[in-house]
Amino acid sequence: MITLSPLNNRRLSNFKKNRRAVWSLWIFSILFGLSLFAEFLANDKPILVSYRGELFIPVTQFYPETAFGGDFKTEATYRDPEVQCLIISGGLEICFDNPEATMDAISSGQLGVEVAGFSKGWMIWPPVPYSYDTPNDLGRSAPSPPDAQHWLGTDDTTRDVLARVIYGFRISILFALVVTICASIIGVIAGAIQGYFGGWLDLLFQRFLEVFSALPSLYVIIILTAVLGRSFWLLATLSIIFGWPALTGLIRAEFFRARNFEYVRAAQALGVSNWIIMMRHILPNAMVATLTFLPFIVTGAISTLAGLDFLGFGLPSSSPSLGELTQQAKLNLQSPHLGFTAFFVFTIMLSLLVFIFEGVRDAFDPRKVFS
Amino acid sequence: MNVLEIRNLSIEFNQDGHATTAVHDVSFSIGAGETVAVVGESGSGKSVTALATVDLLPESATARGSVTYQGEELIGAPEATLQRIRGNDISFIFQEPMTSLNPLHTIEKQLGETLSVHQGLRGVPLQDRIVELLSKVGIPDPTMRFKSYPHQLSGGQRQRVMIAMALANEPDLLIADEPTTALDVTIEAQILELLADLQRTEGLSLLFITHDLGVVRKIADRVVVMQHGSVVETGATKQIFEKPAHPYTKMLLDAETIGVPSPVALDAVELLCTDHLKVWFPIQRGLLRRTVGHIKAVNDASLSVREGETLGVVGESGSGKTSLALAVMRLIASENGISFIGRDIEGLNRRQMRPLRSDMQIVFQDPFGSLSPRMSVMEIISEGLEIHSRSNRKNHRAEVAVMLREVGLDPNTMDRYPHEFSGGQRQRVAIARAMILRPKFVVLDEPTSALDRTVQVQIVDLLRDLQAKYQLGYLFISHDLKVVRALSHKVVVMKDGDIVEHGSAAQVFDAPQHPYTQTLLAAALG
Repeated sequence: MITLSPLNNRRLSNFKKNRRAVWSLWIFSILFGLSLFAEFLANDKPILVSYRGELFIPVTQFYPETAFGGDFKTEATYRDPEVQCLIISGGLEICFDNPEATMDAISSGQLGVEVAGFSKGWMIWPPVPYSYDTPNDLGRSAPSPPDAQHWLGTDDTTRDVLARVIYGFRISILFALVVTICASIIGVIAGAIQGYFGGWLDLLFQRFLEVFSALPSLYVIIILTAVLGRSFWLLATLSIIFGWPALTGLIRAEFFRARNFEYVRAAQALGVSNWIIMMRHILPNAMVATLTFLPFIVTGAISTLAGLDFLGFGLPSSSPSLGELTQQAKLNLQSPHLGFTAFFVFTIMLSLLVFIFEGVRDAFDPRKVFS
Repeated sequence: MNVLEIRNLSIEFNQDGHATTAVHDVSFSIGAGETVAVVGESGSGKSVTALATVDLLPESATARGSVTYQGEELIGAPEATLQRIRGNDISFIFQEPMTSLNPLHTIEKQLGETLSVHQGLRGVPLQDRIVELLSKVGIPDPTMRFKSYPHQLSGGQRQRVMIAMALANEPDLLIADEPTTALDVTIEAQILELLADLQRTEGLSLLFITHDLGVVRKIADRVVVMQHGSVVETGATKQIFEKPAHPYTKMLLDAETIGVPSPVALDAVELLCTDHLKVWFPIQRGLLRRTVGHIKAVNDASLSVREGETLGVVGESGSGKTSLALAVMRLIASENGISFIGRDIEGLNRRQMRPLRSDMQIVFQDPFGSLSPRMSVMEIISEGLEIHSRSNRKNHRAEVAVMLREVGLDPNTMDRYPHEFSGGQRQRVAIARAMILRPKFVVLDEPTSALDRTVQVQIVDLLRDLQAKYQLGYLFISHDLKVVRALSHKVVVMKDGDIVEHGSAAQVFDAPQHPYTQTLLAAALG
């Protein structure tokens, strides 16, 4: 069991008193938790298939079409009527000629066990039966407005917007978390070393930072993505490289202040090593200042990703991206559902994050009075 | 009529839904031209009471009862009324002259601001008034000094400027909240004299808040003794000092550090010896950081401490006491030899010093600053064991428990955090942290000066017991001569980095040779 110090207990109870933050945290956790299982929410493969009494899990496993009595050795295209018919009928040949009619006949009970080789199968589909990159045969021009099949409509390449939002939300949050965690760790360590040791090290490092932060990061990102190709990890790495100095100055100042505290001197007098003094004695006291900065890094990372996607320098064009959705909204003003979707997703996501971190910051503020 | 009348004042602090009563049903009054001292230990609610008079309390506090100034009710008064009275009729002087003045503005500007806001003075009359005020509070050469910035003044001068600011609008009542606590004894005497003078010449009423009974005796007409937020005794100064009625008052009056340390064995080993030790901080100028001079923090200090012996180091702030302590502990760089149990430790690096650290320890002045707020007492005390471990990690809890009992704390409290302890208890924790390694030599850097008098007595007793038990050598640094006398075998007196006098405690205290030692003794003990 985790025992909390009285101080952390007080912080926890302060956080709980901030109803808006608590609600935001719940809503965000549920949304993020669901989006982590996006494959089970929005996918063009069924979650579970029963074919001739045998169970298949297409959402996680690869099955060739031949496994269901088809002709191709490539992965089964579960959205094809032929494949669906094969699964439901247990591999009847008639499915290749007239799948729709066969399925209708099976569901209405006209076709059944009396046919040789028939074995009734079934499929469980996710609530949104499209993945983020599933092209749809709309029978009209894309982007199409919301309807019963596509709850948030489709985008200009006929892909389901809801599916793209679910996956895009996940990728935005994961990107923000990866960038924030890595940039914070690097920034804290760099600031800690600078502040604790001071002197020449600090002086040189400070000059390096000045030069480094003057680099036009956008151009570097554009050039490197052009050379190395667009990918999630390249973007994350570049964002970390350009993001870590944000915290360094703050941590450096905190360490400057704390290194002359008496408890640090006392630890030195005990012979405690520099590293342990920095980590155990100074850092916990610098964390409050770090925490107040974190929301800006998180929301900044989300906006950076969206901005790059919007400009077309971000993630590969097939990946689900909220920035790309925004760009499509700009190009397709006749389809306002794209713009509204992008707007509401960003607003809700960033507001929830800001409310949560606001609550955290207030809970850590020793001077804030909660009556 | 009374200038200030406090009746049934209660103050509550609200934190996380819990209300704590800081002041409970306090009543007293201050007549015109009278000096009333409010005395009590830390946490007795004396400062809060003073702040409540003109509603300067933090927003988490609520005051009930009645405070009247010249018959006008102040509790619940509109902001405009309070603003008219604050600074104009009732002025404040705070404890810390360092932080009460804005470091970016000259004295002239800071004084001039209040004068031009409240009295509309401009130009030459304003300057004349500033010079007049500065000369009134005894700043030498005021026409020159009023262009100075706060950092160019000494602590005592800064407090004088604060007093000048408080007097600028000719208030009727001056509230002084521990105005001399941060100052050296000789300066303290001067400031008290100044306040007494001003009170006579200006006809001020003075509300004086302090924990120091010596100060009260010198300045107050009447005394209000507070304990745990309530007034336990009120009376004329003479009556309180001669016939204290309440046991708490008696305890405060009796809390004098007395006694002498037990004698040193004749064959005691010399633990620490310094030979003309120097701590000079270079002043570097220009592009090439050429050393153009030195700040001489410690000049030519030759000391020796033997087993079971205490060397007292006495001096005012800036005399180099703490630099000496840190140099001896090898926490800052110094020149010339330091030898520890016959081994030259000058020039050893951190790694080479580490094995020696368990034999030499330090206890700092501020028990609030010297304990890391995020570590439990167990973690704090056992940290040294982890490094110099001679025993199994599993036994650490048991060892910490033994140590806590030895310094007079309940071992069951070892998983608590520093903020749950009082100042005296924290200092015990700091002592336990130093003692658990069973050092031979301990530097005590003003270990009692942040504590209340009654707690000081207990800590001095504890230190003396530990010394007798383990034959510890102490380097005891203090500006409090009474405590030094109670603990030291030998004394050195420092002034501006130089040792001006040294000898046995009896010699220095009973027959001081150097004029500086004589003034120091007169101010502290006289």
